[in-house]
Amino acid sequence: MVKSQPRARVRETMEDRITLGVFYVLLTLIALMTIYPVLYVISASVSEPTAVNDGSVVLWPVGFQLEGYQYIFENDWILLGYRNSLIYTVAGTLLDIAVTFLAAYALSRRDIFGRRALNTYMIIPMWFSGGLIPTFMMINSMGLVDQWYTLIIIGAFNTYNFVICRTFIQSNIPLELQEAARIDGCSDLGIMAKVVLPLSKPVLAILCLYYGLAHWNDYFTGLIYINTRSLQPLQLFLREILIQNAQLEMGSGDMMALEDSMRRVYMMQVMRYGLIVVSSVPMLILYPFVQKYFVQGVMIGALKG
Amino acid sequence: MQLRKTRPVPGGRTGFDRRTLKRLLTSWQLYLCLLPAVIYLFLFNYMPMYGLVIAFKNYKPGLGIGGSEWVGLKHFQQFVTSVQFPVLMRNTFLLSVYSLIFGFPMPVLLALMLNEVRNLPFKKVVQNATYIPYFISTVVMVAMIINFTSVDIGVINTFIQWFGGTPVDFMGKSEYFRTLYVVSGIWQSMGWNSIIYFAALSGVDPQLYEAAQIDGASRLQRIWHVSLPGIAPTMIMLFILNCGSLLNVGYEKVYLMQNSLNMDVSEVISTYVYKVGLLGAKFSYTSAIGLFNTLINFALLLAVNFISRRVSDVGLF
Repeated sequence: MVKSQPRARVRETMEDRITLGVFYVLLTLIALMTIYPVLYVISASVSEPTAVNDGSVVLWPVGFQLEGYQYIFENDWILLGYRNSLIYTVAGTLLDIAVTFLAAYALSRRDIFGRRALNTYMIIPMWFSGGLIPTFMMINSMGLVDQWYTLIIIGAFNTYNFVICRTFIQSNIPLELQEAARIDGCSDLGIMAKVVLPLSKPVLAILCLYYGLAHWNDYFTGLIYINTRSLQPLQLFLREILIQNAQLEMGSGDMMALEDSMRRVYMMQVMRYGLIVVSSVPMLILYPFVQKYFVQGVMIGALKG
Repeated sequence: MQLRKTRPVPGGRTGFDRRTLKRLLTSWQLYLCLLPAVIYLFLFNYMPMYGLVIAFKNYKPGLGIGGSEWVGLKHFQQFVTSVQFPVLMRNTFLLSVYSLIFGFPMPVLLALMLNEVRNLPFKKVVQNATYIPYFISTVVMVAMIINFTSVDIGVINTFIQWFGGTPVDFMGKSEYFRTLYVVSGIWQSMGWNSIIYFAALSGVDPQLYEAAQIDGASRLQRIWHVSLPGIAPTMIMLFILNCGSLLNVGYEKVYLMQNSLNMDVSEVISTYVYKVGLLGAKFSYTSAIGLFNTLINFALLLAVNFISRRVSDVGLF
């Protein structure tokens, strides 16, 4: 970065320093306000239920317990949803990246015949869509509703991500390199696998983040296309527990002792906060790995999208 | 779009002669690569576009799309003259206009302020802190809103009581619905949306700042005269895009935030389409509403784009 060049030639005026000071204060406030709800949720998830229920948790945990988490991991529906979502997200993201990357590679090549028409074909869906109802009808008539692969397939191609990927390949992987590989006897697929793919790591990371996030966090697709309870993604179970206030009991022993179920009601609020933490962890784990590619990805997407 | 830049290859536009065929055959592998995406878009995007014809028909599942009877613009008329129409339009429009007015400047301000900060660790901390909410799912976001604003246990009401106020049932009063929607939206996406301005700011020539400083420009003047023009094209571009989706209030968050107490302001076009269309099985009617929505969006996009072209020479097409 060029930015760290010494700027001390002109002395900062008092006014400038005050402005900067105000900025620091405002930025600190913004950061605190952004991070506060997150910290609160974590604190509440390990606090004593009484403290959570009467609202005396403000920032730090009051008391300490992990029983809430224990209840979460004992709930078969939550575990099932978690497993489903993991499968949908991993398989779906891999499929999405494959479809997107292949198409982006093909259309990054300037020598492909019909490039302009094909590009238009790819981009029209970004501006115009059939809308919810016709899409549902078509997917329904294809028999894709309520299958184990429904949530893996739907959303496999996103035009915006395609544009990011294509632009990245076009502007970061020199054509000369691809030409050289061709002269060495590589086919188009060979060039893609041996030259383009290894050099596309940054954009693959970005696609992984975008698609992964979309799959993991999506509840609406599941709401529309999945009816079988055992196929539902985690977000739908979350919706029931967190928003519709369902108790979702499905203990292994059906008849629970009264005392035990009273305890659960008492723990409910704490459990909700724990659930928020547990369900958000996979995406926050992904974050550090792809973090350094953010700026690049957003940049490409914005300028060429 | 950047389709404009590609020029036809000489000889490439003469139709399906022998040379064309040969070019097609030599790059068959490339077409193979394209095949999955082409099929996918055909099935999931183009087929539904064809399915839109039911907006002009009286769709009966037994008759199929082709067999159902044509009714012209009946469904559009029915929607525009319905009781819900003004309410839905108002709710949808207000929700997105508020989101735009309050949500649009925040990332810009964040990026501009952060750009002045020379303390790298501080910068990194602020950036990463503001990105985190973007990773939270809509369901969790709404659950947090509900919990935080709850009358009995919500931490917001705890604070209100500290300052001597009386607890407010935010989710139970429709006048707070839009505020909650907009504020939580800003909380969730401000940091993320600032990345793009950040990237644009890093492209501003540092010499411009120095020159301005030597000329005696204060920090605020430098931001106003150097930084802001540097990110203006990006801002305009995003603004146009946002205007193009003014009626596209996503059902996901609104649907979750809805309850019987705030329904008068929280029912928007997309949630109405979902409920009446899918849950109520009125396919033709709601397809017409969806199409109506899309067309208005498109018209808005074109209008803003046109204005922007005239005024600032920045535009999407």
